[in-house]
Amino acid sequence: MARVVISVPASTKRGEVIEIKTLAAHVMETGFRRTQTGELIPRDIITQLVCTYNGVEVFRAELHPAMAANPLLAFTTVATESGTLEFKWTGDNGYAATQSASITVT
Amino acid sequence: MTSRRRFLALACGAFAAGEVAAQLDPNIQALRRAALESAIRKVTGDKPVRTGKVKLEVPPLIDNGNTVPLSVFVDNPMTAADHVKSIHVFTEKNPQPYVVSVYLGPRSGRASITTRARIADTGKVIAIAQLSDGTFWSDSVSVVVTLSACLEDGLI
Amino acid sequence: MRSFALVLGVFCTLLAAGEIPLAERRSGYQFMSRETRAMQDDDATNPALLWLLDGEALWNRKEAPAGVACSTCHTGMQGVAARYPVVKKRPINLEQQINVCRTERQKAPPLAYESRELLALTAYVARQSRGMPVDIAWNETTGPFLSAGRDTFNRRQGQLNLACAQCHDDNWGKRLAGSVIPQAHPTGYPLYRLEWQGIGSLQRRLRNCLTGIRAEVPAYGAPELVELELYLMWRARGMKLETPAVRP
Repeated sequence: MARVVISVPASTKRGEVIEIKTLAAHVMETGFRRTQTGELIPRDIITQLVCTYNGVEVFRAELHPAMAANPLLAFTTVATESGTLEFKWTGDNGYAATQSASITVT
Repeated sequence: MTSRRRFLALACGAFAAGEVAAQLDPNIQALRRAALESAIRKVTGDKPVRTGKVKLEVPPLIDNGNTVPLSVFVDNPMTAADHVKSIHVFTEKNPQPYVVSVYLGPRSGRASITTRARIADTGKVIAIAQLSDGTFWSDSVSVVVTLSACLEDGLI
Repeated sequence: MRSFALVLGVFCTLLAAGEIPLAERRSGYQFMSRETRAMQDDDATNPALLWLLDGEALWNRKEAPAGVACSTCHTGMQGVAARYPVVKKRPINLEQQINVCRTERQKAPPLAYESRELLALTAYVARQSRGMPVDIAWNETTGPFLSAGRDTFNRRQGQLNLACAQCHDDNWGKRLAGSVIPQAHPTGYPLYRLEWQGIGSLQRRLRNCLTGIRAEVPAYGAPELVELELYLMWRARGMKLETPAVRP
């Protein structure tokens, strides 16, 4: 189960800069580790997170193996209008997860 | 990650030299430095990178290299005319130099990101920001990474 | 390799005998860096949150074939984790209690030790006692098992011939190969350990230490491990539960 969690304020004033925190459950296997018998464990990471605000991209991150497991990405965005924030994670081996949050802007 | 056999063998010699830096095989160290320089060049395209405007926050002494809290702030108004387009984080000693690249814009409000990185070995962490006027600014922090005392997997 | 560093470390420290006086007890939280502490403190970004959410879903899930969920019988778990392990005929820890409920009340198969599901459920239950003092008493019922646990704590074991007490009673606060030695109070379990890059139980941590001193490692759920858990929780009596903690 692709567990992700986001933390977004439910309501805010127009023009305010809000903090968004995202967490995704993922082992982020680097591709550099070896088993006890010496075989390379293949890479398996989240490679991208995109956040759109009413359909417009406001944040994008490209992740590499040096990102910790269960990656946290916290960033900011300006509360321009009420609507939906959508988050999409994609990664190796067809990993995909989405989450959305409504925001009320007065 | 440095093999522990090698680390201890070098550490005994390094005690005499008094330097924590000499842990990697010099060949590997050179390869990683080259990879870092090439990665930075891919981002900046040979344009000059100045220090300033960027503030990279990483703890100087790291509890565990597997999960290192890391924040980057850039002093910038984030308007349509003047904003941070992207922030790129690199490490000096990891097996590959990239950590994360984030793409911001005027809608970000502030140039401020927080994440958690893996830092394999004592060395530099570097953050480079690209501004909308095409200039590059950077900050770097030297960190010391300690290894866990007892491991689960038994003998290596 | 690890043994070389350990032996060096032990030789370099002065060993003093005796348990830690109650007033001098400190949670492992206080030996971590400011940044790692912040990871534990921020509920929105504590990585264990991912397991807590899974645990909440499992808590409410009706299990086949009886269609009974934890929430069917239990309204809340406040104070429960602070009292575990409990002594019925023998000490049983929270993970084992959850499996007893699953097999006897829910008629569902037990969850494997250290499985994501058992960890998520245990974390969800224990989280509800966060901030409450550990409540284990030494009395007629618990006494014999606490004695056994204490003996294990004080007994030299393994190829390195080390007792838990030598590091955690006598040398806490000093360093072992770059890491600070904590007092070993299990006030935050199940916790997110940076070394594991995931959440784990107290038994996983104990087995980890035993591997480190090159001792024989008992299986999960072994009586000697549960007795040691009981002793460690009694040793931490009165200290506040921090589940889910973050530790290096």
